Amino acid sequence: MTEPLVRPKRKDPLRKTRQPLYPQLIRSRTAHGLTAAAAQGRFELQTCLECKTIFYPPRDACPKCLSARVPFVPVDNNGTLLAETTIRTSTDPYFRERTPWRTGLTKLDCGPVVLSHIHGDVREGERVRLDLKLDKGGAPVMIALPEKDTPNMADDPHLREMTCDPKFRRVLITDGRTEVGQAMAEAFSKAGATIVFVGIADPWKPFPGQDRLRQIERVEIVPLDVTDTESITEQAEQNGGRIDIIVNTAEHVRGGGIMQRRGLTVAREEMDVRYFGLMRLAQAFGPGLRARGADGVNSSAAFVNLLSVHALMNWPAYGAYSAAEAACQSAAQCLRAELRPGGVKVMNVFFGPLETEWFQTVPPPKVTPAALAKAVVQALQRGLEDVFVGDIAEDIRARLAVNPKALERELTE
Amino acid sequence: MNSAPVRTAYDGVVACVPITVPYRRYSTNSAHWWIGRALHDLTRAANIRPKDIDGLVLSSFTTAPDTAVGMTQHLGLSPRWLDYVPMGGASGVVGLRRAARAVQCGDAQFVACVAGDTNHVDSFRKTLASFSRFAQDAVYPYGSGGANASFALITKNYMNLYGATREDFGKLCVAQRDNALSIPFAMMKKKLTLDEYMNARPISDPLHLFDCVMPCAGAEAFLVCRADVAKSINLPAVRVLSTIERHNAFPDDPIQYRGGWAMDIDELWQMAGVKPADVDLVQTYDDYPVIVTMQFEDLGFCAKGEGPDFVRSHTFTTEGSFPHNTSGGQLSAGQAGAAGGYLGFTESIRQLTGAPIGKQVKDAELALVSGFGMINYDRGLSSGAALLARAP
Amino acid sequence: MASDLLAFARGLSQGAIRIVDLTQTLTQDFPTIQLPPEFGQCAPFRLEEVSRYDERGPAWYWNNISVGEHCGTHFDAPIHWISGKDLPNNAVDTIDPANFIAPASVVDCSKECAADPDFTLTIPFVETWEKQNGGIAAGDWVLLRSDWSKKPYAEYAGLRSDGAHTPGPDAAVVKWLVEERDVHGFGTETIGTDHGQGHHFNPPFPAHFYMHGKGRYGLQCLTNLDLLPPKGAVIVSAPLKIKNGSGSPLRVLALVEASP
Repeated sequence: MTEPLVRPKRKDPLRKTRQPLYPQLIRSRTAHGLTAAAAQGRFELQTCLECKTIFYPPRDACPKCLSARVPFVPVDNNGTLLAETTIRTSTDPYFRERTPWRTGLTKLDCGPVVLSHIHGDVREGERVRLDLKLDKGGAPVMIALPEKDTPNMADDPHLREMTCDPKFRRVLITDGRTEVGQAMAEAFSKAGATIVFVGIADPWKPFPGQDRLRQIERVEIVPLDVTDTESITEQAEQNGGRIDIIVNTAEHVRGGGIMQRRGLTVAREEMDVRYFGLMRLAQAFGPGLRARGADGVNSSAAFVNLLSVHALMNWPAYGAYSAAEAACQSAAQCLRAELRPGGVKVMNVFFGPLETEWFQTVPPPKVTPAALAKAVVQALQRGLEDVFVGDIAEDIRARLAVNPKALERELTE
Repeated sequence: MNSAPVRTAYDGVVACVPITVPYRRYSTNSAHWWIGRALHDLTRAANIRPKDIDGLVLSSFTTAPDTAVGMTQHLGLSPRWLDYVPMGGASGVVGLRRAARAVQCGDAQFVACVAGDTNHVDSFRKTLASFSRFAQDAVYPYGSGGANASFALITKNYMNLYGATREDFGKLCVAQRDNALSIPFAMMKKKLTLDEYMNARPISDPLHLFDCVMPCAGAEAFLVCRADVAKSINLPAVRVLSTIERHNAFPDDPIQYRGGWAMDIDELWQMAGVKPADVDLVQTYDDYPVIVTMQFEDLGFCAKGEGPDFVRSHTFTTEGSFPHNTSGGQLSAGQAGAAGGYLGFTESIRQLTGAPIGKQVKDAELALVSGFGMINYDRGLSSGAALLARAP
Repeated sequence: MASDLLAFARGLSQGAIRIVDLTQTLTQDFPTIQLPPEFGQCAPFRLEEVSRYDERGPAWYWNNISVGEHCGTHFDAPIHWISGKDLPNNAVDTIDPANFIAPASVVDCSKECAADPDFTLTIPFVETWEKQNGGIAAGDWVLLRSDWSKKPYAEYAGLRSDGAHTPGPDAAVVKWLVEERDVHGFGTETIGTDHGQGHHFNPPFPAHFYMHGKGRYGLQCLTNLDLLPPKGAVIVSAPLKIKNGSGSPLRVLALVEASP
């Protein structure tokens, strides 16, 4: 049984902070099929379209019939742990400071034998579920989990290395004025975050929900305006060293396309809040996050971007908005590369239209702020990198995979 | 499908001039240096000139960025026949059987088979990380325990299946250490007791320190030529009776409990016209003792699953009931990269020609040398074996 | 004439004439006018460092700033309002610079404002003030002293769910000041020249409507009005020369004769 995590003690200021390391992250191009699946939380292995053989490790030809038509597809992840070993000596600096480290071979019911990490609640000979995760360096790895959930299983030290569980971590919600920001504060408080810092811009402006926000347990309101470099810098100077997860809830949603917008005033605001806001946050908080990726149980863990799914394909009805979101998505990819060496994940959460005033005229299905917040917390607990929330987001994802051009045309109709 | 045609014997082909460049734990020299040194020693010992070497088999993992072709220019050789056999522990067997056919057919007269690798302080770790695509994608990121972790799983499974114990493996290791004590180039110079073996620090359960080879730098070489040629220049030589080679055998075994020998063993004995009981000494590939036990089974010395009993009922020193890895094997001599796959050949040639470095196996006439190597994902992929006989 | 000007300069250097700075510092967090979010918004003051003796510029420090025309202590030109859109010389770049220096009548409503954030300036109130301080002269700035500039930002902005609660003039008094007193313009300490609830007045935003409709000017977000005499101060308020600009942040100075 997994020992439940205990709230980390206050840090000894005389001790050196352990520097982030990560397992080797180089993978073959084909193996990035696993990266794609792990990033979205799917369990996929290559399956031969001709002879139906499921195989692993990733190959460029079917080992049974030599077919080259071998895509990654979701497969049954149940199997039996045939043999395990406890590695006590490792050549890799990351594992060296984490030994003993258990690995083992699992025979999947669907065929392949998979070398994987092993959850502490699993023993040799037992039935297991294999899960695909992104490790500390963002590379895809397998872990054998108990057949059924066990108490405190998320607290397993191997597993926690691969997730961004908010439990006992300190979170910054960048904008608490929005419904989403407030729902997020509630969800992170409930998920056991040690402190939930909530940024409020222009504190002289009242906003709905502020009394309730202040009553949420472990919420601490801080001045923060993502459009103001100085405000962000001051906040980073004050609390940057103890923030483990950043959730950027600052939003700017306005309808309309490119030509209808008279001038750039609104577009500038849009870019200022969203794209430049992201950049300011990354510049001010990024270095601290990257340096603290191995700082114990409450190491820095994630930078969460909430993005309209239309970042991936422009929706002309909200065309300028979509473009700003796309800029954020691109910046997030860069930030991901920059934070990965620190073992910090950049999680992009793509949502469909929200049940908020700015999508008032959009017909359902829509995503409630509470549902979005719940999805964010769950995705962090699973250690995902790309998350799609809501039916519209799922729909766009599926259509993008099939025919992006068709989607482009259809979104104009 | 028709049955395979009967294989042509290696009539008139011999192996001779065993060369070992003394091993070092770490070397600041390149693989080129080690290989050059081995060939230099080989030409001296054979009393031939470098330009007489018209065939070359090269086995190495550390010549990068140079290929075997690049190495010919580096070393000033102009062979008319060249083969590159970087097959780890199977390199010796494979190199020999390639060279033997070349000589037999007249494609080359003197084929130098050379294996050498250097070992820089950090090169082992780097080699592990980039050893294969499967290692990179599916092994190294899992604890980076290297071959130790992979063979730990194979060992654990074998113990579960056949009841082998750590003591069984220890017995093999202790005997090999005894054998190594008379070999000056062996890395391990101290006697090993079973207690010491049992109490050594764990590396990757169930493997402990003395189950694991020590990576080092070194080179091994031998010469393949026609028997009459060897005789004309007074080189003591051994005959090649038969060989087998196999890669990626039994891919559907969930965990490796047998090697490719099990597919080809009948052919090995038939082609040589001898049987296991006739063999005077056995040189197995001993990266881990579990593989030795598997070889006893798969090479026909006992049935599958009887390896542990076989170990219990024999002694394995040079003077023992089953002389095995008489130069100490890699477990005691060290693992000099691909040269480890040649160790059994140089030792067998010495024993069969009556010129051992250490103790002589009594009445050594017939030797079996077995190779195994190239763990790619979860198992060793390459296996091979050769039967060598003292020349009349 | 020359001797008057030199006497003025001498007065300044010898302290006979004091300068009172009526300007709020331009900062990122100073409240700006708030419109419903679907409208275009006045950009708040923002500052990005270009370099500070570093790799971006080794020997110099400078910033890029961005700011709306109606941010911080600022000047309103007649073109700002629809009622003044067709007047000649109605933008900050075309206003005759002579209009940037003018005397001021400072109407002190600070006590009333302290008691009531919705304090509304009326004709009777100004008439009473005139009785005590002398009549407002043609060409005078009328500055409403509310001491609002001393308040913390939340109170300063005074935002509630029914809009802002800050003092200002009613429609009649603005019309009267323009038509009966021919004033130069109207200035306040609050975010706008109009009352916080001015959008409910008739016409809405009367200070903007009447002042700009007659080519008069506005000053807002002033401070230090408590340091000015009721009459006798001269205001220097030259906005940036922005092409066709509707207003601009500026430095507002008051020249005051030192009390003997």
